[in-house]
Amino acid sequence: MLPESAPAAPPEKMEIVPLSRAGELPAKGRETASTWGRRLLIAAVLVWFAALILVPGAALVRQAFANGWEPLAAALAEPEVKRAFVMSVGLALIATVVNTVFGIVMALVLVRQRFFGRTLIDGIVDLPFAVSPIVAGLMLIVLYGPESPIGGWLEARGFQVIYALPGMVLATMFVTVPFVVRELSPILRELGEEYEQAAYTLGAGRWRTFRSVTLPSIRWGVAYGVTLTVARCLGEFGAVLVVSGNVVGRTQTATLYIADGIDSFHPEGAYAASLVLAAASFLLLVGMDLLRHRLEGAREVEP
Amino acid sequence: MEAGASAARRRARPELALRGAGLTYLGIMVVLPIVAMAWQAARPGPAAFWAAITEPYAWHALKLTLTTAFVMVFVGAVTGTATAWVLVRYEFPGRGLVNALIDLPFAVPTVVTGLMLVALYGPDSVLGAIMARGGWKVIYDQPGIILALLFVTYPFVIRSVQPVLLAMDRAEEEAAATLGAGPFTTFLRVTLPTLWPSILTGSALAFSRALGEYGSVVMVAGNQPLLTRTAPIHIFGEIESGNRDGALAVSAVLLAASLLVLVILHALQRRGEERDAS
Repeated sequence: MLPESAPAAPPEKMEIVPLSRAGELPAKGRETASTWGRRLLIAAVLVWFAALILVPGAALVRQAFANGWEPLAAALAEPEVKRAFVMSVGLALIATVVNTVFGIVMALVLVRQRFFGRTLIDGIVDLPFAVSPIVAGLMLIVLYGPESPIGGWLEARGFQVIYALPGMVLATMFVTVPFVVRELSPILRELGEEYEQAAYTLGAGRWRTFRSVTLPSIRWGVAYGVTLTVARCLGEFGAVLVVSGNVVGRTQTATLYIADGIDSFHPEGAYAASLVLAAASFLLLVGMDLLRHRLEGAREVEP
Repeated sequence: MEAGASAARRRARPELALRGAGLTYLGIMVVLPIVAMAWQAARPGPAAFWAAITEPYAWHALKLTLTTAFVMVFVGAVTGTATAWVLVRYEFPGRGLVNALIDLPFAVPTVVTGLMLVALYGPDSVLGAIMARGGWKVIYDQPGIILALLFVTYPFVIRSVQPVLLAMDRAEEEAAATLGAGPFTTFLRVTLPTLWPSILTGSALAFSRALGEYGSVVMVAGNQPLLTRTAPIHIFGEIESGNRDGALAVSAVLLAASLLVLVILHALQRRGEERDAS
């Protein structure tokens, strides 16, 4: 009756496949494009991909370099830009560390423990995916804003959450809660408990078992989840925008700086910062692809 | 007996601590804000709530968000299925590269997405100028919203269908072909019924994401009331102008719609599991 004891899920079942394994492909396409119909279909798919993803990316690069290297370098050297990037990286660092620890803990709890309400909790973990970033920001204002009981209490003690740094940290953390849990759960489930129990029987403590048995088996999954989390943190806009308020000279993240640049007719800075963010996300994507091959390799060895 | 029971209890203690820590964080980070918002949104009472969402600007924003999301889902389901099909089934140059780049929209910040689309299709671009001459306006208009939504949700259907296609047993397709069915009939009658649940899953996730999308849409379509102001943009405007009750009401509708989609998806998944088990 337990779904976990069932053999590998049949493919017809509706399920959300974690991103790390959803991109697997057979080493070679099974068929070459032998007929005109197939060639046409391939061409249509590639044209769509190019028009939607590839060419807009190229257009951004072109626009950023519109006046050559020097204005680009000058735009990036502005102290405001540097501060914005330091801010983005700092927020990403905090949110990623916290949510990675939480993600490992929660995945272990959800996969290894049986308790009342487990299915519900499993659904709640995914909730931030269903919440608009703007609504997420509004939630934090309602909960921690100066007019709320908690926010009022904190403010009376000189601790401001909303329209300040702690609010931005909370917003970034909220939107990235599910990533690591979602990538780890299926890996932990497939791994099974035998190795852990063996280590435990041989006298290893819980921490030792986790460190030398569980963690090495899930590390690539953790890395994949971390990559997704970092990407989302660096790109978060709506939630951080709402909680950071509209104060002139407020603490900005890179994405806020970009939006401000466009609004205030200072597009050079916006395009320059966008280029840096796009390059960062491209690197993260390359990392994801490498990790995916690692994970595929690990699965083929184990079975 | 006594000793055994207390040993079991002692062993269970770290597990309880782990569960307690995880649930506490989840409660504070996710449950508490959602409950607080629902509470505040319900406080003015049903009449005021109804008035807040049927007010012309809010109503238009909600309608626009739903329509654009529906158009996106329809286009995305067709193109996504075709893309997954081509990637898994056929060999062509650049296949690995395309596969790696599919997830790009998950890595690129939404604001950057918006700028990319403006740079390519905007009024100042070559393409935008050509389209303007033909009377076509994409950027700073409603088609731009759909374009942005298609970009940010691009991987969902592909990555949902791809593993199913990969694991699919092709004996049935081959049997259909042997029996004289053309490739199109085979796809429609044999392949599609197998792919259907995964297409639906990907589409539901994409739809839910599209309802809340802000960064890319606001860059591409601007904030023109009654034209390109989607629900998230409307909510932000209401927060900025201090109308918190209005913002909360529209937020509650948006959140409820998104949750409804995911709950239906979950229910269908459960039903699929039960059917598989029996």
